[in-house]
Amino acid sequence: MTELFNQHWQAWIKHFDFKYAKIFRPVKTLGSMDVAFVEGAISSVEQATKLKQIRSLAKQLVAIGACAIIGQPAAQRNDFDPTRLQEIQPILEKFHYADKVQPLADLVTVDHQIPGCPMDEQKFLDYINQLIINFKNE
Amino acid sequence: MHKVNLDLSLKDISKIEGSAGLDLKIEAGQVTQCHFKITEYKRFYTQAIRGKAAIAAPALLARICGTCSNAHIMAALEAVENALKITPSPQTMTLRRLIINGLIIRDHALHLYIFILPDLFNQDSLLDFDDQDPQQHQLLHDTFEVKESGNQLSILTGGRSVHAPLPQLSGFNKLPDSTKTKPVIAKLTAARPAVLRLIKLFHQCSWNLTRPIPYLATQNQDYNYLTGNIVSSDGVNIPPEQYRSQLKHIQLDYSQASAYTYKNTSYMVGALARLNLNKNSLNPTTQKDIPQTLKLFPSHNVYHNNLAQAIEILNAIDDSLAILKTTTFKPEPLLKPTQTSGEGFGIIEAPRGILYHHLTIDNQIIKDAEILVPTGQNQLNIESDIQLLVNQKLKNLPAQTSADLSEKLKQELEHDIEVLIRSYDPCMSCAAHFLKVKWS
Repeated sequence: MTELFNQHWQAWIKHFDFKYAKIFRPVKTLGSMDVAFVEGAISSVEQATKLKQIRSLAKQLVAIGACAIIGQPAAQRNDFDPTRLQEIQPILEKFHYADKVQPLADLVTVDHQIPGCPMDEQKFLDYINQLIINFKNE
Repeated sequence: MHKVNLDLSLKDISKIEGSAGLDLKIEAGQVTQCHFKITEYKRFYTQAIRGKAAIAAPALLARICGTCSNAHIMAALEAVENALKITPSPQTMTLRRLIINGLIIRDHALHLYIFILPDLFNQDSLLDFDDQDPQQHQLLHDTFEVKESGNQLSILTGGRSVHAPLPQLSGFNKLPDSTKTKPVIAKLTAARPAVLRLIKLFHQCSWNLTRPIPYLATQNQDYNYLTGNIVSSDGVNIPPEQYRSQLKHIQLDYSQASAYTYKNTSYMVGALARLNLNKNSLNPTTQKDIPQTLKLFPSHNVYHNNLAQAIEILNAIDDSLAILKTTTFKPEPLLKPTQTSGEGFGIIEAPRGILYHHLTIDNQIIKDAEILVPTGQNQLNIESDIQLLVNQKLKNLPAQTSADLSEKLKQELEHDIEVLIRSYDPCMSCAAHFLKVKWS
């Protein structure tokens, strides 16, 4: 998403306030937001709790990319054979991993999805442009 | 003498790639514990890759990291080719070199402009820069112009700026569209003055933390990121297949990433290491235009990693322009492997340093894999530098400083530690893949 800024930053900063993007600024506590874009699959109880918090604060939640939408490839451990599971078990326990990696929609309501790995840029741009129209109409 | 006691914990450090935190303990004015924690969750790639087709390894292993995906593709291609005795043509190597140059431009620019510049201008975010201030206005525009030039170079040669689909074993699915070469040359040429401004900015930066340590990087004649043995600042020359045996794996029970030592000490990989060891092989145009800046290297000042990255952007632009202006790419058949089993090593320079892929292949299937990434290798050095930084700051506090630091001093300390960590440009997504670890 950061790379799309190259061509669109001047237009986007007129319409959007990027409030909780850790890549751009420190984030102390989360507050309410119009749209939350969430990348990645959910690997731990801690991550699931944070996702639910984001869901409760956002009017819309958008899942970005294959990990967020189908869980893969992060969820490849879900299908490991017993040998591999045994190898990774100490790490799963030590760092409190969830039993299974889950896509976002298993845990919260997802309002929109941008598929692909990497995500489909055009679908993302279409969604952003629609958001701008919707905001103007509100 | 002051006797500061403090437990400092940083969570979710911002403006870095992925998730990391820090636990620091200060007792009687000295750091007694410094844990740099990579908190990204593992996806166990080196386990998952076993049993997969060797030909698919580059695309699968690229998913270790969105940011550095093209570097993982290059290392995995090299490892599979090395195992199956495939020698890519000079044209293939040139195209791969251009893909990596695109990655270097884009990735270093992301780090320097979006992560570091706010520190340099005492701002929280690049997005807070004042568009009415001429210098900040210029830098905002430079940010996206330079990043985009790298992206377009990677798209031209690799088909996409991340997870490039065109590079394959021994060759390319498709050659660059010659009608699109000129616009990319124009973008790179236009970005060049911006990069010279960036180099000047980091040359003038007064940040300093100096500690003599070993530096490790690959070495070749033309500062490409794909070939050569590994050399160290203590004069050792290491062939790729022997690299791993020179390092000792260290288990850290607080970090999800593996750490390593070289000769029982922490070491550094990345732009600073490369420039310290290879500055004479930079592109001649780069060398001609920044002679005074290059005199600063070799340097033991860790913040010069930022300056070294800025220089590498310029070098990647000059190298790419020289290639694109003089090369016509012609169709070549993909080569067939001469064997179906073997052990292969792919060692390249990713933007953040040495990337090592070791693959064992049996009848075209991956049997085993070991991957070392730059941030894992730098992990212990980051901790040692944080310790040095904090101890220096504590030593310079007025003698009457109370044992419980004021909130302002704590914030200053946190800020300075974050600036130091960011200067390493760590990538946690890469660091938290998987290595065989036994926890006691």
